[in-house]
Amino acid sequence: MIEVKEITKNYGSGESSFQVLKGISLKIEDGEFVVILGASGSGKSTFLNVTSGLERPEGGKVLYDGKDITAFSDSELTEFRKENVGFIFQQYYLLQNMNVEKNVKMGADLAGNRDYKKVIEAVGLGKKLHKYPSELSGGEQQRVSVARALAKNPKYLFLDEPTGALDEETGRQVLDYICGLQKEYGFTVIMVTHNLNLAEMADTVIRMNSGRVAGIYKNQVRKTAYEIGW
Amino acid sequence: MVVGIKDGAKLAGIVISSFCAVFVCTLFLNYQADITGIEKEIVSEQMFNFYKAQVSTGKMVSGLSGGCLCLTSAVMLLFFIKQYIDTHNKELGILKALGCSNLKIAGNFWVFGSSVFLGTAMGFAGAFLLMTFFYEVQNKDQLLPEFPVRFHPEIFLYLVVLPAAAFSLLAVFYAWRRLKMPVLNLLRDSMSDGGKRKKHKADQSSGGLFLEDLKRNTLRNKKVLAFFIVFASFCFSAMTQMSFSMDELASAMMGIMIMLIGLVLACTTLFLAITTVIGCNKKTIAMMRVFGYSQKECSQAILGCYRPMAYIGFALGTMYQYVLLRIAVDIVFRDMEGMPEYKFDFPVMLISLGVFAVIYELVMYVYSGRISKISVKEIMLE
Repeated sequence: MIEVKEITKNYGSGESSFQVLKGISLKIEDGEFVVILGASGSGKSTFLNVTSGLERPEGGKVLYDGKDITAFSDSELTEFRKENVGFIFQQYYLLQNMNVEKNVKMGADLAGNRDYKKVIEAVGLGKKLHKYPSELSGGEQQRVSVARALAKNPKYLFLDEPTGALDEETGRQVLDYICGLQKEYGFTVIMVTHNLNLAEMADTVIRMNSGRVAGIYKNQVRKTAYEIGW
Repeated sequence: MVVGIKDGAKLAGIVISSFCAVFVCTLFLNYQADITGIEKEIVSEQMFNFYKAQVSTGKMVSGLSGGCLCLTSAVMLLFFIKQYIDTHNKELGILKALGCSNLKIAGNFWVFGSSVFLGTAMGFAGAFLLMTFFYEVQNKDQLLPEFPVRFHPEIFLYLVVLPAAAFSLLAVFYAWRRLKMPVLNLLRDSMSDGGKRKKHKADQSSGGLFLEDLKRNTLRNKKVLAFFIVFASFCFSAMTQMSFSMDELASAMMGIMIMLIGLVLACTTLFLAITTVIGCNKKTIAMMRVFGYSQKECSQAILGCYRPMAYIGFALGTMYQYVLLRIAVDIVFRDMEGMPEYKFDFPVMLISLGVFAVIYELVMYVYSGRISKISVKEIMLE
């Protein structure tokens, strides 16, 4: 379980200092699909970065199964990310000089996963193992980044606007892959988006506004990307 | 088109390289031009042999050093222009989209060539400051009649004006060639190269570890940087060993001068190469750190792949200085009386290798610390 307690985060210093997160507290159960909704500048991406251990908060705690990762040293945080966390970003951040297979191996090697080709097959890129990112469409590139994240068998998958750079149809496909794989592997998903339609895909929806949690609600039934008609 | 301080700082390598080239060439060519004026005053065979040796040394040193350093400056210039276009692709793409012609944009790249002028002018001035002293040292045994230092405008033209003009033209031409691509290609993400890929045999294999693949890829995709690392260690090895090995063959001043040039060139090139390696791989390093690769793993994959290149450069430098001194003693100065026998100096090589290893590993250690400071936030904001 992830427990976030009173986290605060500032950017800038002195008079130009700006508080992005203003004391956020919440809990995320293992295996949940959580969507964090909010307008641009609401602090949702910063929340994701702090919760996943990419950034350190100024105040508060982030507990994973009772362990406070904000007290970890840099090398302990690296080890924590290696063993527990997968990331998918809006801009994919694939290694352009490496083909699909090698990009996925970046994640797979960390977990000693030799069956990484199954994940590539699962995201529908089995026939494009030797293609380079520049030879793939945006949707395919995002699917590579999904495969890369999942090949390391993460317990927690963090997604920052994963469909932001994709058209609707491709976005649906990518989300469907993620949902299907989550059901199969049971990892926790925390996804940041400004797309209201995606809320129905989640178990829990967290609304953020101006660095605060504006509301949390749970869906009784989760819908697929196709079912919500997005 | 704006060339910022960061871009300007990278040109320091070209300034230093062209400074060294012109500094050495001016000393020897000016000396040679002046010494030929006293040819008629030479009366004995001993004087004539000494004269011939001096002229041959001048030709050899200026030809080799000037040639090598000129080539290095050219490679550096082309590399930095390519890098500038790669990193500022979007701004250049917008300029093209707004209607600026290739030639108009490329014309601004003469600024890169002007760094050569700065280096050559400084090298020429520096050489003239030392010229009187250099003449005294060259003729310390008074074997030749004394002759004054003269200014030769043609040397200034050949070593300062023409190289600066040629390098500026080269910069404009190369930029024009690189910019000859569709606007959309320029506007694409800087990490992309428009889909041009060479298929390598290793790409098809799936057995190797990611870190091993990354090492190979890093090396393969930036061959010029491998050249710079080889060149840096080559300079260090050749110049330090040569300066010690030739203490009986030439003056102490020559030894110190050679060593200083070697150290400056080696340090500048190494610094530029390593900062460029890290800069080019920033996104890769950031993603590796995000996924949980340790600082050590990142630096071993990104920087470690250049280690063999560094030691190959050292070995080449050792061979180069041996062959050069062998030629000098056995061919150029063979008619000179009292010429000492030259033998390969093994202890000097070992000391030089030891010092090189310590400096190289220390630089790598310092730069691997920089890797830990690269954050994904920085990359996202770019």
